[in-house]
Amino acid sequence: MKIILNGKEFILERPVSVRGLVALRGITNPSVVVERNRAIVNREEWDMVMIAEGDTVEVLSLVGGG
Amino acid sequence: MDDMLKIAGRDIRSRFLLGTGKFASNQVMRDTIVASGSHIVTVAVRRVDPDAGSANILEYVPADCILMPNTSGARNADEAVRIARLARAMGCGDWIKIEVISDNRYLLPDNAETIRATDVLAKEGFVVMPYMNPDLMDARRLRDAGAASVMPLGAPIGTNRGLRMKEMIGILIEEMDLPVVVDAGIGLPSQAAESMEMGASAVLVNTAVATAQDPARIARAFAMAIRAGRDAFLAGPGSVKKHAQASSPLTGFLR
Repeated sequence: MKIILNGKEFILERPVSVRGLVALRGITNPSVVVERNRAIVNREEWDMVMIAEGDTVEVLSLVGGG
Repeated sequence: MDDMLKIAGRDIRSRFLLGTGKFASNQVMRDTIVASGSHIVTVAVRRVDPDAGSANILEYVPADCILMPNTSGARNADEAVRIARLARAMGCGDWIKIEVISDNRYLLPDNAETIRATDVLAKEGFVVMPYMNPDLMDARRLRDAGAASVMPLGAPIGTNRGLRMKEMIGILIEEMDLPVVVDAGIGLPSQAAESMEMGASAVLVNTAVATAQDPARIARAFAMAIRAGRDAFLAGPGSVKKHAQASSPLTGFLR
């Protein structure tokens, strides 16, 4: 299954939830936010929402900035 | 003396707002925030790079600071709104610095798009702090759109060139009933003091602090300068005259 993750093509071997995708990428930062097809996925929904073929997913966090 | 800065009804302990970009490490950033005494610190929203480790900047920002994410990277109002909503979903509150920039050479703010984004986000309950080019009519439009302050640039971002927009910022201070926060381009404590002596409500600095050899030390210097400038403004400085006016009595000379 092919998705676009943070602007790059990413292949998933099996279906995963949003939480599964974040874990798969080894992201442990507790303040990340996930956007799927331009809609924010609230953290409470991370287990329910499944990633689908062709999804565009953004995983973002806070960094230093002015 | 009660001279607390109030923004959106909230008491702000310091008139020195600090940006967190460009620091050598998260620990240096933390030490500098503490040294600055800043109450409001800005951060940015970016894609997570799993290969770059999982350091969480929030662990290094003192818990009593107000986090103000910026919308840097936004080239129009829609992108700024999207970034603001994402930042809020991260759980860091309702404050947002709107920054809409499509000019890559001077990084000048797009006032028209900034006004559009302010209008949308203020209606959604954000405390909107727009980075802007100091134009009075646009400042009024930002106020009407629900901005909590206006943040005119002193000089282009990261240039350390100082208060180049002084005349226009002076007009905003005189005419606006919102806090005027001088943002961008301030390179030295003396320039921050100059902004405050004019009556600015606060100053936001990042590059000048983060890229100094001793960021914590220059942060302390900025904090003192901003307090000094504020005091000078409140004191009501004496008037400027063309000709000399003797400081000592002009009578009783020993002749």
